[in-house]
Amino acid sequence: MADPNPPLRYPDYKSTRLRAPARTPFPLRVSERELSAPVFRPSLFTPADADLTRQSNGEPIGQRIIVAGRVLDADGRAVRGSLVEIWQSNAAGRYAHNVDQHNAPLDPHFPGFGRLLTDDAGWYRFVTIRPGAYPWSNHYNAWRPAHIHFSLFGSCYAHRLVTQMYFAGDPLLELDPISKSVPEEARDRLISNFDLSLTEEGVALGYRFDIVLGGSAETPMGL
Amino acid sequence: MTAKPKGPGVTPSQTIGPFFHEALAWACTPVASDGDDVRVEGVVVDGHGQPVDDALLEIWQPADAAAHEGRLAAGFQRVATDAAGRFAFTVRKDPESAAVAHITVFARGLLRGLRTRVYVGAGPSEVGELLWLDGLGDVPSPALATLVAVARDGVYRWDVRLQGDGETLFFELL
Repeated sequence: MADPNPPLRYPDYKSTRLRAPARTPFPLRVSERELSAPVFRPSLFTPADADLTRQSNGEPIGQRIIVAGRVLDADGRAVRGSLVEIWQSNAAGRYAHNVDQHNAPLDPHFPGFGRLLTDDAGWYRFVTIRPGAYPWSNHYNAWRPAHIHFSLFGSCYAHRLVTQMYFAGDPLLELDPISKSVPEEARDRLISNFDLSLTEEGVALGYRFDIVLGGSAETPMGL
Repeated sequence: MTAKPKGPGVTPSQTIGPFFHEALAWACTPVASDGDDVRVEGVVVDGHGQPVDDALLEIWQPADAAAHEGRLAAGFQRVATDAAGRFAFTVRKDPESAAVAHITVFARGLLRGLRTRVYVGAGPSEVGELLWLDGLGDVPSPALATLVAVARDGVYRWDVRLQGDGETLFFELL
């Protein structure tokens, strides 16, 4: 199976030029220790942690959306009770983070992050607002497509994944080196789709984004 | 034992980006040692030797729930580098033997999390044995040395060099 992951060195994404290791990673069989994963107690989480529109004493500006999906392993089994963390810019494309000085308004009602544990069928569900695109200095007139950052643990530490979710039909995707670093045949796995069945009448549009966690590619000789 | 190979549907990785701190801070454990813990300190540097002030390290040293009661998840730590690229974490280690912790490094400019390990030992022979048991005995010495935390004044020092001179040995997990 081809590795769906981006390479480490991808010059079009300029920051990789000084940060990507020069050496190809050394193939190593996972140890027993990496077949387990951190377990976060359910008591650490409240429903409000998964609702990014309710982190303050007022509602954030922007299009309210529900982002939901299933977390599965490569065999199609649900990943249950597993930590999912997300963060994103606000509707104007500004992060509530001191490093982001983009000339777009901050939203005092939108810190822009949330977390939850997947349920017994591997489902997650966040309520948030649709993030805006934002400019970055990678190249002239560069804009990141609207995206939500996802961090997942899975049932096995070797499956730990940090990725980004995009929105179908975003014209910026064709111009974005970060999403384009992913091999073309795997790129659509980062794209969420409008989903009427997740849409709640009078409340929020729904977007479906399933995530599949897995180990590294097989060696050419197979394992 | 191997992790499952990737199937056609596995979700690809993307960079963590520079704006993760507030979102992930809830699980960034302060470094406190109890009993058998030793402190490991270091710095993350890039291909020009410059400190990486926006990296995230995660430390995994499986433990039963009874250990480290204060932790959000037993055996797990998360720490962001500071403005000088520095980090610190603890490793559970018996005084009589070497220990190993699994490290994942995330940062802007890294399209995937980098997998590595730190071997903490009182001396080269202790660490050497553990390296052999872990299947790393045949790796050339300079690369292998990048996995070993060296004790200095009661604190173990271990740096992460992302690229170039003294580049840390990173793994592709199979």
